[in-house]
Amino acid sequence: MSEALSFRFSVDGENFTSAGQASVQVKKNLRQLGLDPEIIRRVSIAMYEGEINMVIHAGGGVAEVKVAEEFVEIILEDHGPGIADIEQAMQAGFSTAPDKIRSLGFGAGMGLPNMKRYTDYMDIESKVGEGTRITMRVNIT
Amino acid sequence: MKICTIKELLDARVLAGEERLGNHVYSACGSDMMSDVLAYVKDQAVLLTGLVNTQVIRTAEMMDMVCVVFVRSKTPTPEMISLAEESGLVLLATDKRMYEACGILYSGGLVSNKVKKATV
Repeated sequence: MSEALSFRFSVDGENFTSAGQASVQVKKNLRQLGLDPEIIRRVSIAMYEGEINMVIHAGGGVAEVKVAEEFVEIILEDHGPGIADIEQAMQAGFSTAPDKIRSLGFGAGMGLPNMKRYTDYMDIESKVGEGTRITMRVNIT
Repeated sequence: MKICTIKELLDARVLAGEERLGNHVYSACGSDMMSDVLAYVKDQAVLLTGLVNTQVIRTAEMMDMVCVVFVRSKTPTPEMISLAEESGLVLLATDKRMYEACGILYSGGLVSNKVKKATV
């Protein structure tokens, strides 16, 4: 069994303009690996939403993408404020993003639901005041 | 519908991807909220938006869209234009408002009926 390929990115929390750069890079890397376009699209959209969330809410963080034989795994980790009520945060339309972010086209309360929708597995570990770790997987087969 | 037809119907200016005006578009989406755009995958879609920032280009790129139309005379920044060129997107700008622009394309035959659920 071959070892999983992995990519690691630091997500800059200060710069909304550059948010999404890691996802763009991941999309390019997955294309080079010759993965199915639909799989690539699902991975990159889920990661992009997660990256935007880290910039909006957590002041940045670290994103890691692993390509295993059976799935692509995305791990997003931040040391932001954490999510107090995960069930509530998962509801479509629920958002704590400030108006400034809405005026930029995000903060509609669709980020986490979209991440779940595009992936086959999603797990959120979060502690208020400590941070959040999100693990997502998209099956390749 | 060909992108050059969209350009004609909306009396739009071409800001990026002039050489790709012959490409086809099969569905459309009009929104200023990028997360709403990201919620449903469409085939070779065009995005109509009044929002101007780099995330519009990234959203279109993530969704494998082929064209973005800026409505209400909005003009993208040089950075957005260069990002669009890099990712092979066509950028158009029209003076028409969102409702009118969407209506013109819809009556022109670009009916957004090709939405498919993301998780298959």
